[in-house]
Amino acid sequence: MLERVQSERMQSDRTMIDIRDVTRSYGSFKALDNASLAIREGEFFSLLGPSGCGKTTLLRMIAGFDTPTSGSIAVDGQPMDGIPANRRPTNMVFQSYAIFPHLNVEQNVAYGLKRLKLDAGEEKRRVEEALAQVSLTGLGKRRATELSGGQRQRVALARALVMRPKVLLLDEPLSALDKKLREQMQVELRRLQQAVGITFVLVTHDQYEALAMSDRIAVMFGGRIAQVASPKEIYQRPVNRQVADFLGGMNFVKAEIVEENGASLVLDTLGFGRVRTDKPKAFMRNGGAATLGIRPERLRVLWDNASAKFEVAGKVVERHYFGEITHLIVEIPGLEKPLSVTETNDFGADDIPVGAPIRLAYDPEALVAMAD
Amino acid sequence: MTAMRRFLPGWLSSYATLYILFLYLPVIFLPIFSINTAATPKFPLSGITLHWYEDLPKTPALIDATWNSLIVGVSASILSTVLGILAARSITRYRYPGRRAINGLIMAPLVLPEVIVAISMLLVMLQLGLSLSLFTVVLGHVLVCIPYSMTVLTSGFEGFDRSLEEASADLGESAFGTFRRVTLPMVAPAIISSLLVCFTISLDEFIIAFFLTGTEATLPIYIWGQLRFAAKLPGVLALGTLLLLASFVLMTIAEILRRRAARRTQNEEGLHA
Repeated sequence: MLERVQSERMQSDRTMIDIRDVTRSYGSFKALDNASLAIREGEFFSLLGPSGCGKTTLLRMIAGFDTPTSGSIAVDGQPMDGIPANRRPTNMVFQSYAIFPHLNVEQNVAYGLKRLKLDAGEEKRRVEEALAQVSLTGLGKRRATELSGGQRQRVALARALVMRPKVLLLDEPLSALDKKLREQMQVELRRLQQAVGITFVLVTHDQYEALAMSDRIAVMFGGRIAQVASPKEIYQRPVNRQVADFLGGMNFVKAEIVEENGASLVLDTLGFGRVRTDKPKAFMRNGGAATLGIRPERLRVLWDNASAKFEVAGKVVERHYFGEITHLIVEIPGLEKPLSVTETNDFGADDIPVGAPIRLAYDPEALVAMAD
Repeated sequence: MTAMRRFLPGWLSSYATLYILFLYLPVIFLPIFSINTAATPKFPLSGITLHWYEDLPKTPALIDATWNSLIVGVSASILSTVLGILAARSITRYRYPGRRAINGLIMAPLVLPEVIVAISMLLVMLQLGLSLSLFTVVLGHVLVCIPYSMTVLTSGFEGFDRSLEEASADLGESAFGTFRRVTLPMVAPAIISSLLVCFTISLDEFIIAFFLTGTEATLPIYIWGQLRFAAKLPGVLALGTLLLLASFVLMTIAEILRRRAARRTQNEEGLHA
């Protein structure tokens, strides 16, 4: 909670990176198609999407390794057109880390400082400070080849941070690490970003990574930005089926639009009856049909005689045990596809027999309308 | 089947021994006869002496030939390595139509009959109005050295992680600075290795030097000339032994450096370690 408050204080409404109508074409293929985005100062921003969605292309254009075919990018109010990578106020942590193998840790971190012609004491102080920030104090003399994956990543971070960039760009920095180390680094990266207050832009295809670390996320598909919002909003109010599907499991139910006005929609569904929901931003009606979505964990098993204001009834057809949770597949009369339900095992969901009748409670707030 | 298995190891090791003998027996005779007191290479040895080695520095023609070989070797190795760097860089770094064909054409002199190459080069040189000298020998040697230089350099450049150069630029370094501080130190072992390989090849090369030189002899040509006099044979053997030794040492250093360069450019892949 405290961290949240701090991070929100650090952010301002000032735009740090202004991306306007940026397109990058390779022949007839558009890697990035008319993308516009404003990333705020001090923000931890993630570009999330499957491979080939254009997220890395966008990051490389901010860094100066690629040039937009059309459109413009400004960093801290400065247009970046024609400015090469070595004169931009951005630094990058590469996916391969790109640690110079012929230099030791200290020399790697000091690499960019050499050009600033600092006096020896100042340079040493800044290198020490950067190594301390990434918990590598005392490893300065190690050769790059003697480091573990996690350590190489920390060196790459220190080498970029020591330059005190306005923006730190991270290209899938955790993808090469094993699961446990990755989760540990997510927490550390977030903490580091809050400590230094620099704008971080992270590219990732891992939705949990983006949800756990970011202030805001841009979800991208096929060179287009589908949605820009906070992790919570992206997860709870995805703008379309593609976004909903990419951010974890989602049950999709066919719906018919009964009524549409400025803020809300009334939908008719077979399983859930008539439902009134918030109308998503940029809802583009496509005939009379729409899709209603609900996350598997927002459906709760109703035990014995318990009742809820909103419930659906059906039959368990499959049960999968995952330790702390159980995954149930429930057939509901009238629905063309069975519902996925995840329930914690505290009350014995792992003992529900397959074939048993079941009632599920839901909060109408958890229902999301999406354009078809 | 078991009989076969029992028979094979014995058979294989004798085959391997014969193989190695066939390759190196002739070479072994060189140092052995070079310390023989008698001038005729015949067993049993009549006595052991370093006399023939002591005589070597006292032969002015030999000193001249050594100098000529050094000049040609150094020039040819530098020239072919510079040309090799450019070609190897282009072939390992960029993808363009005809890349494979160009690579093949550069490597081709490796399998062309050397005597034919030598005659063709002689014709070209004469047509161009060049008078035969050490310079023409250098040109000929560059032609035969480039394939070797390319082999060594592409193995050193291959797998060079391009993001290392990007990281350097990202940290504020200019294109030239990046070349000086990242690219060059990383490929230096491969470059030195290429220089050594080319030098060794040029030092030992006979046919092209024989056709393309004017009055100045290189070491192999000097040796060829000495073979006419039976009495000079032990001296030739001593010189040959030294050349052999030098080639062996240079090639070993070159191979060690080449492997180091390849390891250096490729260890970025060990991410999961």
